[in-house]
Amino acid sequence: MDRQFLIFATICYLAAVIRTVVSFRARIFRRSRFVFLTIALGFVLQTAFLTVRGHTLGSCPITNLFEVLVFLAWSIALIYLLIGPAYRLSLMGAFTAPLVFLLQVAALLAPIDIPRASPIAPNPWLEFHASISIIAYGAFALACVAGAMYLVQERQLKTHQLRSIFYHLPPLPNLFSAMTRLLWFGFILYSAGMISGFFVNEPMPWTKIVLAFAIWILYGAILQGRYLRWMAPRRIAALCMFAFAVALPLLWSIEFVGHRA
Amino acid sequence: MNFFCFGLNQRTAPIEARERFAGHARSPALLRDLGCSEVLLLTTCNRVEIYAAADTNIANEEIAQSLRIEGGSSAKNDLEAFYRKENAECARHLFRVAAGLDSMVVGETEILGQAKRAYAEALANGNAGPLLHRLCQRAFRAAKQVRSKTQITRGPVSVGSVAVDLAEKIFGDLRGRKVLVLGAGETSAKTLRALASRGVSDLRVSNRTPARAEELASELEGLAVPFGTWLEQCREIDILISSTAAETHLLTPPLLVPILRDRADRPLFIIDIAVPRDVAPEVNEFDGVYLYDIDSLQQIASESHELRRQQLAAAEAIIDEHVADFQKHLGLSKSGTRPTKECPARVSGELRTSEL
Repeated sequence: MDRQFLIFATICYLAAVIRTVVSFRARIFRRSRFVFLTIALGFVLQTAFLTVRGHTLGSCPITNLFEVLVFLAWSIALIYLLIGPAYRLSLMGAFTAPLVFLLQVAALLAPIDIPRASPIAPNPWLEFHASISIIAYGAFALACVAGAMYLVQERQLKTHQLRSIFYHLPPLPNLFSAMTRLLWFGFILYSAGMISGFFVNEPMPWTKIVLAFAIWILYGAILQGRYLRWMAPRRIAALCMFAFAVALPLLWSIEFVGHRA
Repeated sequence: MNFFCFGLNQRTAPIEARERFAGHARSPALLRDLGCSEVLLLTTCNRVEIYAAADTNIANEEIAQSLRIEGGSSAKNDLEAFYRKENAECARHLFRVAAGLDSMVVGETEILGQAKRAYAEALANGNAGPLLHRLCQRAFRAAKQVRSKTQITRGPVSVGSVAVDLAEKIFGDLRGRKVLVLGAGETSAKTLRALASRGVSDLRVSNRTPARAEELASELEGLAVPFGTWLEQCREIDILISSTAAETHLLTPPLLVPILRDRADRPLFIIDIAVPRDVAPEVNEFDGVYLYDIDSLQQIASESHELRRQQLAAAEAIIDEHVADFQKHLGLSKSGTRPTKECPARVSGELRTSEL
């Protein structure tokens, strides 16, 4: 039953992706309420899935990789819905929808929805640690999306090749501002997740700790580079994309409850 | 009852003819005297047109005479510059005009505002009745639909508007931005005016001839700065518009490097409209520096023109739909009764609530 919510949510994101592709092919690219509404509907259905799954499990539904991917997709949609309209970045939906769609398809198609062998005792610190870390990933994902938008816009300005999308993408300062705020937001949440990890009181593999610290240092270095103006905005945007591309495969290392089952 | 359009525009008449037949405050009243029951006078810098409804056929000479300004001389063949369109063709013409398809710059949007003002004036003076009301409302709807469903208004079509669009994408809000004009040519002045119209208030002008710099600076309420200090100014400014007659590059990478060091990561937008160019093209390689020469700007403007031209077929299709629908509506009117006598309260209600 709960997977049906997820399938319908994925269809919503697919609709947003199709709309985006059609716009690209027609070279008529404009801000679309349709994309925003389909993402909002997809988010509602994802929330329904997570609620049902959480109720069944009796804990936060991040007990296996399948649930982690869905929770990450949900976090990305949540942050987009919060910041997209606020920063007038509604076109961000066109970039966000494919990412969320791919995460959901990967979650649905891969054989990773494996129930735990045995129930585990509730551990609020562990649930907080895992969920806040995944929401931080959602912020990093959106920073990556803003970075991609920045690079697309910047490249058009540099090469003098202005496509239809040029007139609909936000100005560079708006994109850069959204990108740095998302980086800070994600970094703060991720730091909170790291700190809470010390209170989990469960054995953790050292590789996981090292990788978690590596991601934390990578994002910290990007923010430091921005703060001290060592790097031009274009490099920050490129690093946002690089960092997320590195961090995503390391999602395995992020704590999920079922890992220790 | 028939309705028709009579007028001239930039394609059919030179400016001298348009000046002679520019229309005046009494033109609608004169046309009413000639037998028109409804009259709308649309005058812009590129066109003079009347849209009128009448039971009888009114001669072109008489209509032209009503548009002639007092004391205006006459010329042979004046009437040849006029066009006249009746009923459905009149509707099509107004729809195309309102949508900017008949404008000198295809897709320009100012004409819609001018048409709305002309209609509002006709309404206020009691010259617009139910027929013109429906015609105009349909024209405004058609124009809006053309604007929203096609890309006919997309993209800047002049060097000045290209520069403004680029500046807004580079800086976001242009208020508080600092602009330096190097060399006080006509194109740079136009570009500066376009930027000033979007909120740029710190305008600096530098020229080898100080008097010319002073002249342009005072015209644009800016500040004239000595030519010898222009490079130092680059540390502060956001936009540099260069159009000197220098035969070699004034700004080269070695000159720019120390300036960029002081600017942190503030972007610098350079518009080089000089030929030969004032700025070395390698400057565009620096992070945060966006260099556009006259060819790049004109290329973008011509691409926008081309894009608009490609959208014409789609726009015309929308106009066709509206004309067909309006014709259908006319058929009803012809077979029935005149709208004013049929339901005055409803019509006056429409007039009040419709969009101007």
